[in-house]
Amino acid sequence: MSETATPSKTQTSKRSSLGQELLVPALAVVTGLIIGAIVIVASGANVFDAYGALFTGSFGSPVRLIEGLQVFFSTGETSELLRAIYPFTESLVTATPYIFAGLSVALGFRAGLFNIGAEGQFFIGALCSAFVGYSVKGLPMIIHLPLAILAGALGGAIWGMIPGYLKAKFGAHEVVNTIMMNWIAFRLSDWLLNGPMKASGFRPVTPNVLPTAELPRFFDDPLRFNLGFFLALAVAYLVYWFLFKTTTGFEVRSVGANPDAAKYAGMSIVKNLVLVMALAGGLAGMAGSAQVLGVDHWVGQGFSAGYGFDAIALALLGKSHPFGVVLSALLFGFLRSGATNMQSRAGIPIDIISIIQGLVIVFIAAPAIIRWIYRIRSIKTEETVLTRGWGK
Amino acid sequence: MKKLYFVMAALIVASLVLTACGAGSSTGGDDVIKVGQVTDLGGIDDKSFNASAFAGAEKAVADFGVEAKYLESTQQSDYNKNIQQFVDEDTDLIVTVGFLLGVDTAVAAKANPETYFAIVDYSYPDCFGTAGTDYTEGQTCGSATELPNVLGLTFATDQAGFLAGYAAAASTQTGKVATFGGINIPPVTIFMKGFEAGVKYYNEQNGAEVEVLGWNTAAADGSFTGNFDSLDDGRSFAESFVQEGADIIMPVAGPVGLGSAAYCQETGSCQIIGVDTDWTVSSPEYTDVILTSVMKNINIAVYDSIKAVVDGSFAGGVYLGTIANGGVGLAEVAGASDDLKAQLEAARAALADGSLTVDGVLGQ
Repeated sequence: MSETATPSKTQTSKRSSLGQELLVPALAVVTGLIIGAIVIVASGANVFDAYGALFTGSFGSPVRLIEGLQVFFSTGETSELLRAIYPFTESLVTATPYIFAGLSVALGFRAGLFNIGAEGQFFIGALCSAFVGYSVKGLPMIIHLPLAILAGALGGAIWGMIPGYLKAKFGAHEVVNTIMMNWIAFRLSDWLLNGPMKASGFRPVTPNVLPTAELPRFFDDPLRFNLGFFLALAVAYLVYWFLFKTTTGFEVRSVGANPDAAKYAGMSIVKNLVLVMALAGGLAGMAGSAQVLGVDHWVGQGFSAGYGFDAIALALLGKSHPFGVVLSALLFGFLRSGATNMQSRAGIPIDIISIIQGLVIVFIAAPAIIRWIYRIRSIKTEETVLTRGWGK
Repeated sequence: MKKLYFVMAALIVASLVLTACGAGSSTGGDDVIKVGQVTDLGGIDDKSFNASAFAGAEKAVADFGVEAKYLESTQQSDYNKNIQQFVDEDTDLIVTVGFLLGVDTAVAAKANPETYFAIVDYSYPDCFGTAGTDYTEGQTCGSATELPNVLGLTFATDQAGFLAGYAAAASTQTGKVATFGGINIPPVTIFMKGFEAGVKYYNEQNGAEVEVLGWNTAAADGSFTGNFDSLDDGRSFAESFVQEGADIIMPVAGPVGLGSAAYCQETGSCQIIGVDTDWTVSSPEYTDVILTSVMKNINIAVYDSIKAVVDGSFAGGVYLGTIANGGVGLAEVAGASDDLKAQLEAARAALADGSLTVDGVLGQ
């Protein structure tokens, strides 16, 4: 809706333009929560109980935290304190695969590619990491762990590269091909879990990865907070650096913004498309690695509840910027994680979170609604091309 | 812009008030017995064992005034988290559904010896062999010893499957009956084994030669879809069995069987035997093609577990639902003659008193 504003009115300072960019997503989230509240009331539940439980479920109860600190300082006993920070750490644990998967989709968007295949790449990454994690024995952690992560990234990269190559060479649309690659990944994992990768016993699951391949955890059980979260932050910075500080990153963005101009400037479309899809696949694969090496330690059916699909939403919410993705991933992590408490204590179905997420996406995709509700004047911002049509 | 700040300020205040109120309230008194069910990936409305287990909990709510709630798992990392959530709420009995929760349940049960657990379709000990080489407790399996605070709820579904096989053999027009499973694992194949034995027993008793497709106990192999969610697979499996000449099919694959039922209803070429619950109740739209159902009365087992917690008699170990104690059974057989009803009742009684066994019929 940028046409409605006249250029003279949009000449605001740079700082307020950044504020404006953050304003719409923030208001979209708030509006999503408000409409979610209406749905909760309509379903006959108490909205204060529901959102209160969502809050304590994602951040922890402040009362309990103070009690935990008191016990810790008076007796040195940490169990109460750990119990108090458990919800917060679980939220970060949930956010970790979201960060990786969100980066994957965001990177694709930057090059004008719509990677719907993050879910399949996630599965392949998890399976590759699990395989290296349990089958390679006798290595010290300093080698084994990076190797297992690398295997996941590589597996995902190959899974992403195939649609990238098909797009670049034959003009086959990546949306269709990544979806198909998802199904291949799901059925392949069904087969692997029932056959070659099945652990002894009758359960269709992989063996546990060896301790040397596990991402170190910072606390005792049941706290699952692990190094994966910081790895995700580091990778987010790397993606930022790649996109905005390197020549290749500039090429990628150019191809995304205007492939014809990029081609005319001597950039290789084929090379860049394949590269981006491989990197995007690698990132989604690392999401799977982080989940299997940091949290689950084994892969079974139903390993993921759609991280790869939610990632599309959070890449949009984060405006395809790595830092935006991290923020949105944290938001999704807190929502998802807190939902368990909300479901249990307030009796609200976990699906309400999906409704809120869906609403947020609607408002992000159609910012005019948010601008209209809150009477915000639009400013001209750089448009990110999400995907292009068939062919080049 | 002023208006906007006002709106935002109002929202922030509202959200603060909201969270403050929520954080202060606590649910439930401590004197009420609390039951929590953690579902597997099928969710609470799977029309199968998750739903059946919670039906038992709801009956206990009505009868004993206990408090019951459930948490749905949408992925495997939820199992641990959902169990922790209930532990955190000082839940008295945590019911976990399905073998995939086997390890997480054992780990939580050991860490929280004061909390009672009941797990559907699983039991302990589940670690066999030598520690360290064959298994690692809490990782590849749950526990090498019986756990005093966990009751494993298992079911002799081969006995009910036996009756279903007998009824199928008596009802077939083509002389061929079929079964298929989701995955080749004991909780699934036990149905198929009973089914095969029931058909064999019918043949022996009546000098018939009804053939079973899709499972062979001696070979320990048969037809499997490889998943528990594809209705399309249910459809194509039914189609191929009908082409091979079968007219009665027992799908042991959860909702996959609904795909088979839809195929039978459209073509009118086959009948279905439901599993886990009475399908004429859980899926009444297919009543006209349902011959009978093999019922695994998880609801009764869960109800009894809660009852034991209420009257203080809960003990760990293994509960086995059988024909004799009503833990498993056969639903009414559609269009059964009085003669068939009498034969089924005789077989039921013989299975109940142990004079007839599934293994005995199969010669194992």
